[in-house]
Amino acid sequence: MSKIILIIDGKEVEANEGMTILQAAQSVGIVIPTLCHHELLEPYGGCRLCTVEAEVRGRTKLVAACLYPVEKDLIVRTKSQQVDKIRKMILELLLAHAPDSRELQDLAKEYGADKNRFGKEPSFCIHCGLCVRYCAEVTKKNAICFIDKGTTREISFIPEIAAKECWNCKECFSLCPTEALQAAFVLAQALAFPAPTE
Amino acid sequence: MPRINSAAELEELRKSILAQKDPDKPCIAICAGASCLGLGNDKVISAFEEELRKQSLEAKVDIRATGCHGFCEKGPSVVIYPEEICYLQVTPADVPEIIAQTVIGKKVIDRLIYTDPNTGAKVAQQSEIPFYKNQTRLLIGNSPKINPKNIDDYLAMGGYAALAKALFEMSPQEVLGEIKLANLRGRGGGGFPAGSKWETARNAPGEEKYVIVNAHEGEPGAFMDRALFTGNPHLVLEGLIIGAYTIGSGQGFIYTRHDTPVLRENIDLALAQAKEYGLLGDNILGSGFDFNVEVHLDVGIFVSGESSALMRSIEGKAPEPRPKYIRTSVSGVWDRPTNLNNVETWANVPQIINQGSQWYSSIGTERSKGTKLISLSGNICNSGVVEVPMGTSLKDIVYDFGGGIPNGKQLKAVHFGGPMGGSIPASLIDNPLDFDVLTKLGASLGAGDMLVLDEDICMVDLARFFLEFLSGESCGKCVPCREGIRQMLKILTNISTGKGKEGDIELLEDLAEVVSEAALCSLGRSVAKPLLSMLKYFRDEFEAHIKEKRCPALYCTRS
Repeated sequence: MSKIILIIDGKEVEANEGMTILQAAQSVGIVIPTLCHHELLEPYGGCRLCTVEAEVRGRTKLVAACLYPVEKDLIVRTKSQQVDKIRKMILELLLAHAPDSRELQDLAKEYGADKNRFGKEPSFCIHCGLCVRYCAEVTKKNAICFIDKGTTREISFIPEIAAKECWNCKECFSLCPTEALQAAFVLAQALAFPAPTE
Repeated sequence: MPRINSAAELEELRKSILAQKDPDKPCIAICAGASCLGLGNDKVISAFEEELRKQSLEAKVDIRATGCHGFCEKGPSVVIYPEEICYLQVTPADVPEIIAQTVIGKKVIDRLIYTDPNTGAKVAQQSEIPFYKNQTRLLIGNSPKINPKNIDDYLAMGGYAALAKALFEMSPQEVLGEIKLANLRGRGGGGFPAGSKWETARNAPGEEKYVIVNAHEGEPGAFMDRALFTGNPHLVLEGLIIGAYTIGSGQGFIYTRHDTPVLRENIDLALAQAKEYGLLGDNILGSGFDFNVEVHLDVGIFVSGESSALMRSIEGKAPEPRPKYIRTSVSGVWDRPTNLNNVETWANVPQIINQGSQWYSSIGTERSKGTKLISLSGNICNSGVVEVPMGTSLKDIVYDFGGGIPNGKQLKAVHFGGPMGGSIPASLIDNPLDFDVLTKLGASLGAGDMLVLDEDICMVDLARFFLEFLSGESCGKCVPCREGIRQMLKILTNISTGKGKEGDIELLEDLAEVVSEAALCSLGRSVAKPLLSMLKYFRDEFEAHIKEKRCPALYCTRS
């Protein structure tokens, strides 16, 4: 596999062809924040928190580090005024849904994000898709999926599958950056196995 | 149908089709475009069929249901050939009279022809009606003259000659050279040079390559692609086959809507008939080139017209866009090189091959060549589909072709590109129709849908409307698009209902900036465009709503 030299935050980094900016940065200890990324899963590019500046042949673009493949002469800036502004707003948009998430609160502190900038709409889920993708790619059960589209998109357990698979698995629970997943599971459970009425 | 095995056999077939056609035989061409059908032209078609049967005229008079003629405002429209007499707003009750007076008696029925609303002058011939007269109808002009369900009509018009020329007289490299020299730019919204795209796919490594017709046309207010494709499916198909030959693709896809059954029917018939003649399938025209086409229907969401989402949909997955850091021309459907163009882009290809790049590039402006189909709607006298050369001034489109604004109202703005486009105020409509000029003005041409807005339209409400549309049509995968739309819509709803507050405009601008920079796909990066153009040209309207709790257009009654 051929080696590619690129520059991340002024530092020369050697990467393998096919690696993403995020992988190259992580290999030398440069931290790029992520929410929807997990090393066991295919890159997703949903949260956009890993947005960085990528300069190729004099042209700078804002790209998702978890997806952008490294290339020769690439110059990456993982922090800039523009990048920080984007990350701050992404966090503010998500805090409107999950204001108590520890992970979001820690990132909010770092980027100066105001959790009250947008009106509260506590749906808890931030649509990182970790549970959905883990269930599809790692356990291969597809017990949870996204339903609907646009602003009404949400996660939902499929009761028929969840009833058989989830009780002894629950591996996705620890991946959830908010409490949405467990709430959704409890709901699915309630619907699939209603408590016997007296 | 005989299979055709060479260019010479194609010309023989063409001659035999023409020999069977009597140019003096009366023909009734009834528009069966989406608008005319909606206005009841299916009943007019049945009335003509019945009347001809009753009078035993079936053998003496031809009848054909055609694609959209363009003048939707005055539909249902019927044209009687060979005199080309055009009757507008026809009802089934008019049918016996038309047959007796015009088809047999060769007389014009005054009350059914076009009357100029200003001068009162009457015009009988379709091509003399002011709406049609000054158009340059290179793409859609044949639609009234052919039955889209019969390939022979297309062949009679010289159809598939460009394919034969490309296959037998030109190398793929030469065809590519012509498309590049013609400077054909994508009609779907991006305006990207088609030649460069083809070249990337052609040079990309891989045996299997795909070509796609994007016939999704999901923008509210866009209806030119379905008009052209329904009315003349072989024109698009011929362009696609030439593209496949150039790129080295053996498999094509037509991606279209699940809710346009007439279009689907015409495409299926076109594919079957082209295959029977040997214009599609194995060993096309005996050239040794093999190419097949499959039709794929959408799942009813706007974002599935976005190219990478469309390709995932063809793969059988949910239509969620993927980032195009590796271009789809290199890695598209099933990670193979895939060239996607819009309906109108493909339809331009045959004429470029037939008449040459030099001829083609003589039409239009320096960097925007050829003609453009425009679907005119909104507050305009003549809604419909118009085809004009690039470079035509927006003012001419509104006033000459569109006939101006109805009800004595003033023009306020024209809006291009629907929910991903932008508005241009009336003060700037001397500008030409041109990809780059419109982009500079903050309103990309989009697919060519031009929504005309009069003084009673509230821009705050229009911005809100587009975001409301998008809130259900985005896929919802990435945060900036899903959450940005949610918040922008919330703020605009507040402003239009009198609950706007100081700082709202600045917050909208911040949101618009982040969404435009950080969203995953081209849809997400464009969702704030209408709002930004309206803030640029109509900021005072937003301010009036917020500061004075007043809607200057008197539309938002609750504010």
